[in-house]
Amino acid sequence: MMPDLGAYAGPVLLAYGVSLGLLVALVLWVWLAGRRTQRDLAALEARLNRRENATD
Amino acid sequence: MGSIWEYANPVKFMKLSDWLMPLSALLAAGAIATGLIWGFFLTPDDFRQGSTVKIIFLHVPSALMAINAWAMMLVASLVWLIRRHHVSALAARAAAPVGAVMTLIALFTGAVWGQPMWGTWWAWDPRLTSFLILFLFYLGYIALWSAIEDPDTAADLTAVLCLVGSVFAVLSRYAALFWNQGLHQGASLSVAPGTRMDMTYKLPLYISMTGFGLLFLALVLAGTRTQIRARRARALLARERARA
Repeated sequence: MMPDLGAYAGPVLLAYGVSLGLLVALVLWVWLAGRRTQRDLAALEARLNRRENATD
Repeated sequence: MGSIWEYANPVKFMKLSDWLMPLSALLAAGAIATGLIWGFFLTPDDFRQGSTVKIIFLHVPSALMAINAWAMMLVASLVWLIRRHHVSALAARAAAPVGAVMTLIALFTGAVWGQPMWGTWWAWDPRLTSFLILFLFYLGYIALWSAIEDPDTAADLTAVLCLVGSVFAVLSRYAALFWNQGLHQGASLSVAPGTRMDMTYKLPLYISMTGFGLLFLALVLAGTRTQIRARRARALLARERARA
């Protein structure tokens, strides 16, 4: 149940909305960057392994 | 018992962070949700500040982490400069965006809180100004890492920038004490005698602060893992180019 924020509902909701939005965006950015780097590294290692096996 | 320097080894760091990162993320989510839900829904209005007091559950934890993130970067930078452990330089790099966002949240929530309480969004108050400068240092630090191609040179220069910026991190914390002027109040939480804040607010605030700290830990561990992988990819590509 939403508390009665009175005359200050605007600033309080704005503070919570923007802050939580920024936190969620930060978490997503870190997570997606991590996933992308992990995928790229795995692809690179697989490519180099294939090449090394081919030259053996 | 092993030494802390063992974790300067990327393999050992990856092994440790493999379980520590998700655990701290889970605990952070729980603590932040508890602290903010408790603070927003279950705390009463302040007799002077009304419902704006609920902003404290975001403002104080983010401001605390904005300064602590820089302190962690300072320690990691010193470790890099003195002992040349790559993981410490990469951890400092990973902490910067997290610290920047924490500083931005502290500045924003402070402005939104200040408008109804002080009658202005912004004042060139010592603490507010030093926080703004700290934010600019964060941006400069991130930009410097991206601007320099050689990772070791980038780590050296950003470490020096971190040492310089530490002055403003300290000022951000103690500005209200150094200069007894300006709009911003002194410390809300203190071990000094005298009642500053009722436990009704203190408990959810402590939980929220713990949550922000754990979130910082989880994000820095995740970011450092990403940087270690990116560094390995660069090394593999360089070796491939050298062979070709």
